[in-house]
Amino acid sequence: MSAFGLMAASVVLIFFVVPDDADQGFSQRIFYFHVPIALTSYVCFGWGAWKALLHLWKRARGADLESYVAIHLGVIFGALTLLTGSIWAKISWGHWWVWSENQLVLFLVLFLFYCAYFMLRFSVEDGPARANLCAVYALFGVVLIPVSFLALRLAQHIIHPVVFTAHGPRVHGVMLLTFCVSLAAMLTLFATLYHVELAGKRLDSRLRELRELLA
Amino acid sequence: MTTAEKYVAAAYLVVFLAVLAYVFIIALKLVRLEREVAELTELAAKRADREQVPELTRVG
Repeated sequence: MSAFGLMAASVVLIFFVVPDDADQGFSQRIFYFHVPIALTSYVCFGWGAWKALLHLWKRARGADLESYVAIHLGVIFGALTLLTGSIWAKISWGHWWVWSENQLVLFLVLFLFYCAYFMLRFSVEDGPARANLCAVYALFGVVLIPVSFLALRLAQHIIHPVVFTAHGPRVHGVMLLTFCVSLAAMLTLFATLYHVELAGKRLDSRLRELRELLA
Repeated sequence: MTTAEKYVAAAYLVVFLAVLAYVFIIALKLVRLEREVAELTELAAKRADREQVPELTRVG
């Protein structure tokens, strides 16, 4: 319910409260969903890597499944980042994709890296070996997150806008508030979907065990 | 509707449809799990009935 409420509040703020951007006009409104979705996908991959580390380090029970669910959601949020970003690029730059932009290409690399995680997971038989392999792979991928995030800030010639710099945000007032509400909405949506999917997977696994016992 | 408005609407529609598709898939999964729980409950009840019969004979 909190995810739904925050999402509704962010949509109201984006379309009825926040003013048009002086530079980009109405199309800048994509920013309020595109950037929070991208940041949420980083959080998903980071959370997946943390759970993978817990699996390898402490042998935490269920950490492998939690890592898988977080990465699964990260890939969904990643796909949405690429889609909304492409639409925004088409309005702002006149192209769906610009290969010379490091930020875009690095995010695509990160996205494809985690897409390959599923190829690995579903090509190995279920068991401790698969859990270990997937955990190591998830940990390798997390290195790409700071690279992708910093690429934009370190690049000399970029056309991709940078809103949050070392000197603070370049949006203020109601624009910053709208962004914060949208980010909270996306993070709450991730938390909700994560718990729902995880509960479904755990229930599925327990039912399988019960079926084997009763068979 | 201007071109910019169309693109912004498309971007938000993409996000909305993705969330809707996800919720739909989860709902389908819940229906399947509910069916499985019902099947297993039935199976457990049948097994309990089968196990009760020899016990009653022994007591009687």
